[in-house]
Amino acid sequence: MRVPSKKHKYGSITATLLALILLLPILTANGGSSVPSPAFGKDAGEGMPAGLGQSIRNMGDEDEALQEAAIVDLGTSGDANILPALEALQSGSLYRWVDPRDEHRIVIARDPVDRNGEQSYPLLSPYGAKPILDEKGQAVFEREGAIEAIRIGRRLRIAIAPWLDRLRLFSPSANLRESAATKVGLYGAPEALPQLDRALLTENDRWVRTALNEAIGLIQLVDDSPALRKKAAEKLGTIHALNALPTLEERIKSYETGEAPEQDIAVIEAIRGAIQKIEAWTVWTRTVETIFSGISLSSILLLVALGLAITFGLMGVINMAHGELMMLGAYTTYMTQEIFVGILPENLRDLYFPLAIPLAFVVAAAFGLVLEKSIIRRLYGRPLETLLATWGVSLILQQGVRHIFGAANVDVASPAWLRGGLRLATGIQFPYNRLFIILLSLVSVFGVYLLVLRSPIGLKIRAVTQNREMSACMGITTQRVDAWTFALGSGLAGMAGAALTLIGNIGPDLGQSYIVDSFLVVVTGGVGKLAGTVGAAFGIGGLNKLLEPGLGAIYAKVLILLIVILFLQGKPSGLFPAKGRNVDM
Amino acid sequence: MSEEKEKKIVQKIEEKFKKDLDRRKFLKQSAAAALGLAASGFLGGLALPKVVRAANETGPIKIGVLHSLSGTMAISEVSLRDVVLMAVEEINAAGGVLGRKLEPVVVDPASNWDLFAEKAKGLLLQDKVSVVFGCWTSVSRKSVLPVFEKNNGLLFYPVQYEGEECSRNVFYTGAAVNQQAVPAVDYLMSRDGGGYKKFYLLGTDYVYPRTTNKILRAMLLAKGVPAKNIEEEYTPFHHQDYQTIVQKVKAFSRGGGACVISTINGDSNVPFYKEFSNQGLTSGDVPIMAFSVAEDELRGMDTSALVGHLAAWNYYQSVNTPQNKKFVAAFKAYCEKNKLPGGKDRVTDDPIEAAYFGVHLWKQAVEKAKTTDVDAVRKAAYGQEFLAPGGTVKLDERNHHTHKPVLIGEIRKDGQIDTIWKSKGLVKPEPWSEYTNPEKGCDWVDHEGTFKKA
Repeated sequence: MRVPSKKHKYGSITATLLALILLLPILTANGGSSVPSPAFGKDAGEGMPAGLGQSIRNMGDEDEALQEAAIVDLGTSGDANILPALEALQSGSLYRWVDPRDEHRIVIARDPVDRNGEQSYPLLSPYGAKPILDEKGQAVFEREGAIEAIRIGRRLRIAIAPWLDRLRLFSPSANLRESAATKVGLYGAPEALPQLDRALLTENDRWVRTALNEAIGLIQLVDDSPALRKKAAEKLGTIHALNALPTLEERIKSYETGEAPEQDIAVIEAIRGAIQKIEAWTVWTRTVETIFSGISLSSILLLVALGLAITFGLMGVINMAHGELMMLGAYTTYMTQEIFVGILPENLRDLYFPLAIPLAFVVAAAFGLVLEKSIIRRLYGRPLETLLATWGVSLILQQGVRHIFGAANVDVASPAWLRGGLRLATGIQFPYNRLFIILLSLVSVFGVYLLVLRSPIGLKIRAVTQNREMSACMGITTQRVDAWTFALGSGLAGMAGAALTLIGNIGPDLGQSYIVDSFLVVVTGGVGKLAGTVGAAFGIGGLNKLLEPGLGAIYAKVLILLIVILFLQGKPSGLFPAKGRNVDM
Repeated sequence: MSEEKEKKIVQKIEEKFKKDLDRRKFLKQSAAAALGLAASGFLGGLALPKVVRAANETGPIKIGVLHSLSGTMAISEVSLRDVVLMAVEEINAAGGVLGRKLEPVVVDPASNWDLFAEKAKGLLLQDKVSVVFGCWTSVSRKSVLPVFEKNNGLLFYPVQYEGEECSRNVFYTGAAVNQQAVPAVDYLMSRDGGGYKKFYLLGTDYVYPRTTNKILRAMLLAKGVPAKNIEEEYTPFHHQDYQTIVQKVKAFSRGGGACVISTINGDSNVPFYKEFSNQGLTSGDVPIMAFSVAEDELRGMDTSALVGHLAAWNYYQSVNTPQNKKFVAAFKAYCEKNKLPGGKDRVTDDPIEAAYFGVHLWKQAVEKAKTTDVDAVRKAAYGQEFLAPGGTVKLDERNHHTHKPVLIGEIRKDGQIDTIWKSKGLVKPEPWSEYTNPEKGCDWVDHEGTFKKA
């Protein structure tokens, strides 16, 4: 997690960003599974409980039965320090090694390094995966030929898997712990219960606890005591154990067909109750998810259409290059990232993003200014020519970018703090990047509202767009207002482009994917109305997500277009038509 | 003024005029040359004389290169053009074919399916090329197919495809469905692969995913997977918003044992993988097996969300053979030398390899036939073997497809793919799947193409 206090200087957007970051729960460090290596002597087995040594040696035995017994022994020990050895055995990076004192040992060797032009492996101890040191305290390296890999067959590899998951219950990474707990539950081996109970005692992470409880419940579901089975079923219902649903349904089904392991009516009732609870929960999470994706899609539509709402909505310029202005914004983000990667140490690189957003705004706005002054200005009042000219500009921009950056997409890595998601409850996770875009679009709309409807500049903009001659008479430099208004719209497009790097591709034809949507939103909302754009974005986005689960992505889109066409038949000037004498302007 | 003087002046004027004329000519020529240079620079460093020469048995052998250099497919197809030209350069440096140099004719069908047919016609009838290397999408192949069949041309097609085709005039050097999708799903079902029981078939809405998924569904049902454990869904081209689909996958995967089989194409992949990981799904819980994501496409992606997911192909850049190391180095050097975008950072992948060994297989067939005549070359090609970068490949004796190894790979952070499973030996291609068309076969020796099995 970055320290947020380093980001003050990047202005107001950063401030809001900051607020967002502060709201996010702190991510648990996703470290490796090896134990930190303290200073220790020659023998790397230090601190190893007696008895494990023989099992470790047996892992390298030729006899598969002995190997399997060793795996069971080591797994049963529940010692987290043995995990690296088992992982190595499964992935084929466990080796037999004869040390300089002629002792046969088992070692882990993972990634080779280049030493004196030869590929050598740093050797690690099987217990705790600490580096093996020689008499002088130097780490020992061996070339590939000097160590012999322990190859195991498929049978053993499969036999190891459940033990690995049981040991991973104590991994430092919460993600690994959670996924391990889920799997242990699905294996359903009763022997794992003590380990699960032990893990639950020390576990602080809420989601891992849920997964552990789910696993315990699933295992107790086959316990000998009906009372315990009933309790387990009730618990699974209470914690909304989504992963248990198939197993629970299986139980009911086998009861109904009479071939069942479960015949206790009280338990069956408890299972029925649990299924009901979980299913009710599923319906609820699905609703929440649908609403969220609706809002998220709407916010993206809003963000990409906002600039157009100004250039097309207010000014009446049909700007076909609007999408390419977004593309410029995205490439500005890419350039910013490249520069940051070039000059900053790795832990500061993610700062590129808060800077890239205002930069994308500035670059696109500057380009919009030039575009207005050179081309669009000469074509006011000639919408068809404007359309053609800006379409030409869009082609030039695409090909230009293709020429400079190549036809292939470029790669913008989302900052670490915008990856992953915010978990609210079992089964509900809101991706951070989407939350960020929702926030950004709201901030942008509010900013535009303040600027256009509540500021002296906005007054001039509205005056010019409503009655150019009169405004000129009143002493407003209409040309300058035009230029800056267009630049504002372009800048917003650039900013949208920067935000889009979080969810999609960055390539020369990025703009093409969004231009139709942007026009759709602005036209549906009613040309010239900010509220209309907001309403249309949420209407189209929400409707799309409402239809998609049932109809699939393709037909949902088709239906949306049909609805919009029908809607515009009935209300040709959109949701919020402009009123007044100059309507047909 | 004396006569002599007059004469001198006239002479001078004439000289000057001549000089002027020369200069003009020179200017014209250099302008043309500059234009040509610019054009050739654009086309990958090869000046291509547009003059139509009658095919004869002593001049250079003309070969056509039919890949989109502009438009949406340029992102994938440009690399195939590059590698074909590299193979041609190699062959020419080693003395050509039958003692004659190869002369590539590169055309740009611009990702436009109608233009593909038109350009193919031009290559066959006007330029009279002996063979064409080209196409990527199935729709482009389908659109040139009649042209090749009517004019008895020869096309080497280098991309994995959905099968159900058996043309006399095409050699398929990419994988058929039984050499990519079917073994990949077999692997996922095996205990080694994780023993997955639920399959979410997700693809872009066009012929390749639809046909492949039809075959996969038939296969899964045949193997006893209940229909409720198979989900099938399609998205439009350029689809960006995968929220709902990922939510469905999440619900589908509850209770474990689920995987995603992805035939999502092109630019939809990044949004999909990003959404997948942001909603908390991991490759450990629900792996995505992709058939359309190769190293060349991974070049422009933020791969962090893809790490650990799976792919199925017949070749990876990471394949550890001496000839592959040479091939990768040669390709990088070629791109750098010719100042192609990306230069030495370019990567190779399955279709690039298939396009490359396609040229060599054709060369061997021509050498065996001792002529470039299409019918003779075709017969000579049957059973040809070549030590390709990924290992020996062989053209089938009958069905115009290629015997290849199948490799399941895991995506690494650097956009390369590690092999985690390899088929034993080469897999025989079956253009007609045993699951959807068990009664059909493809044979150009004892039958006329597609035939009904007795």
